[in-house]
Amino acid sequence: MANLELKGVSKNFGANKALRSLDLRIENGEFFVLLGQTGAGKTTTLRVLAGLEKPNEGQVLIDGEDVANWTVAERDVALVLQQYSLYPRLTVRGNLEFPLRSKIRGLNEAEIADRVERVAKTLQITALLDRKVERLSGGEMQRVSIGRAIVREPRVFLMDEPLSALDAKLRETLRVELKKLHNNLGATFLYVTHDQVEAMSMGDKIGVLNKGRLVQVGTPSEVYNRPCNTFVARSVGTPPMNLIKGTLDGSSAVMDANGFCLPVQANGTAAGKDLFFGVRPENLVIESGAPVEAKVFDIEDHGVIKILTIEVGANKLHATVSAQMKVSLDETVRFGWKADKVLLFDQATGRNLAAS
Amino acid sequence: MAGIRTRREVFFNRAAIAGVMVALFIMLVPIYWITSTAFKPRNLATTIPPTVLFTPEISPFVKLFTKRSQLRDPVAQEIYDAAPWWEQMVFDGGQKVVRSNKGVVRRSGYGQRFLNSLIIAITSTFLAVSMGTLTAYGFSRFKVKGEDDWMFFILSTRMLPPVVVAIPMFLMYRLVGLHDTHIGLIILYTAFNLSFSVWLMKGFIDEIPREYEEAALVDGYTRMQAFFKVVLPEAMTGIAATAVFCFITAWNEYAFALIMTNRKAQTAPPFIPSQIGSGLPDWTVIAAGTFLFLLPVAIFTFLLRNHLLRGMSFGAIRK
Repeated sequence: MANLELKGVSKNFGANKALRSLDLRIENGEFFVLLGQTGAGKTTTLRVLAGLEKPNEGQVLIDGEDVANWTVAERDVALVLQQYSLYPRLTVRGNLEFPLRSKIRGLNEAEIADRVERVAKTLQITALLDRKVERLSGGEMQRVSIGRAIVREPRVFLMDEPLSALDAKLRETLRVELKKLHNNLGATFLYVTHDQVEAMSMGDKIGVLNKGRLVQVGTPSEVYNRPCNTFVARSVGTPPMNLIKGTLDGSSAVMDANGFCLPVQANGTAAGKDLFFGVRPENLVIESGAPVEAKVFDIEDHGVIKILTIEVGANKLHATVSAQMKVSLDETVRFGWKADKVLLFDQATGRNLAAS
Repeated sequence: MAGIRTRREVFFNRAAIAGVMVALFIMLVPIYWITSTAFKPRNLATTIPPTVLFTPEISPFVKLFTKRSQLRDPVAQEIYDAAPWWEQMVFDGGQKVVRSNKGVVRRSGYGQRFLNSLIIAITSTFLAVSMGTLTAYGFSRFKVKGEDDWMFFILSTRMLPPVVVAIPMFLMYRLVGLHDTHIGLIILYTAFNLSFSVWLMKGFIDEIPREYEEAALVDGYTRMQAFFKVVLPEAMTGIAATAVFCFITAWNEYAFALIMTNRKAQTAPPFIPSQIGSGLPDWTVIAAGTFLFLLPVAIFTFLLRNHLLRGMSFGAIRK
């Protein structure tokens, strides 16, 4: 149990700046998800926290203590990786015991056996205990990896895309299990992923990372509903937020593409600027009486909903509609949007104008 | 894959087997020759055509390990008769033929030379492989300034044919008193093998994912413990292969052994040809020496065969 803090942490690999003055605070018992593309610096953040990399600048604090001179072992964090995470020559039991046999813990045999037994029961891997890890399926391996982390009762859990090598169904199952585990343990989790669905569904808080900088931190709904800039708007949510270029004329949005207009809530600071109008696919309304005409370009049927891609001039917009709606390719439809849900971004800076 | 085979496949399959058998035959003939000669009576060793069927003897081995010389004091018949059979055998080579009381038989140098070979080859292999593994680990896992240049430098030590420096080495060794010492040859062979060992082990260690050690570090082990507990078991295959190569090189080395040693630390390779002598060579003795000389490499390779064959399988990794 601990809180974590990064203060102005920078990390360079040669000329490559992996982290640029990163500030991050994770409260005790929080499930914090760090979301970002490949190369955004997520893994580096984890490694700096774990002590596997030394930051070029800045401080790492665990429970308010600067851990710069602490070894990896002393930091007492557990790390779960996407792959290569189990010791290949050991059995499942051997893997679970491995961290407990470290001298720094000084546990006796009975305690070790007891802890392994308990963890195996929690993760339902008791039957696998004497199996060699090479005989395990991907899901079982990840379960054992998580087990090896839990068995230590560490101060912090660091997870580096632990589910992304698994198939979709297993991923969902383990996602639920991890979440439950977090609730039961009440421990601090830092979970790194590029999968925004994982981020949204698991995190108490999400931090969006881009090119080594933390762009936005907030609860999933904050990040989803009030992205601070176009980058966050694009990277959170599937399908992503529609961003349409245009300008503001009083309380109507005038689009560059073919000049169609839609109403928005007036915003003083936005007048006269080149803007992006951001609207989530579920806030586009497709109905016969709507103001703008568009052509259906693509239909994805997801069962519960349909995701339409509609074409207006040069813009391709996503809209989610009910699965019952009858629509066919190349059909002309009319759409509008929920004016109160539209976000305004400055084209030049990408900033959300409502947020500033 | 036990599907239906076409005739073509069957043909090529059989042709391949035939090819392998021919190659195997060609490779095994010298070994057969040496082995059979090692057990032949002297008069059958050089017959043309070669004798294939004969009653095997161990007299070549007895002669190999013994040395005859003349002594002034006659060996008493009682002493001979009282001696156990193996000592009697040493006296007459197992043949109860003409026995001269003037001849005395003593141990030859072969046993000692063989032991020297074992000590020197095993120690230098151990040193070269362990130092090579540690060096390779360092190069593989840490940022070393000018890493490529260092690696090239290490490789470059092998570019010169070693014999070229034999004379200066000889002079230096004599100066520092390493001439004709076990340590001298061990240092020499370790130095030969080290660059090879570093390069080979670096390749093997590069293949082992860092994640294993990092997991061990996070799990509360020091880097040294992580190296021994996690990296070393994974590197066993590479270590076995490297050790076999180093051992063979050190075991077979002839030129330096001949130059750098003369008695105390001489290894088996220079000893065997020294037995040819000036007169009519006894090929059976030479064959016996060679036959025994082949055994350690065969045994060593046999012991490590599982590691050699195992290949690079990293168990739990999903690539």
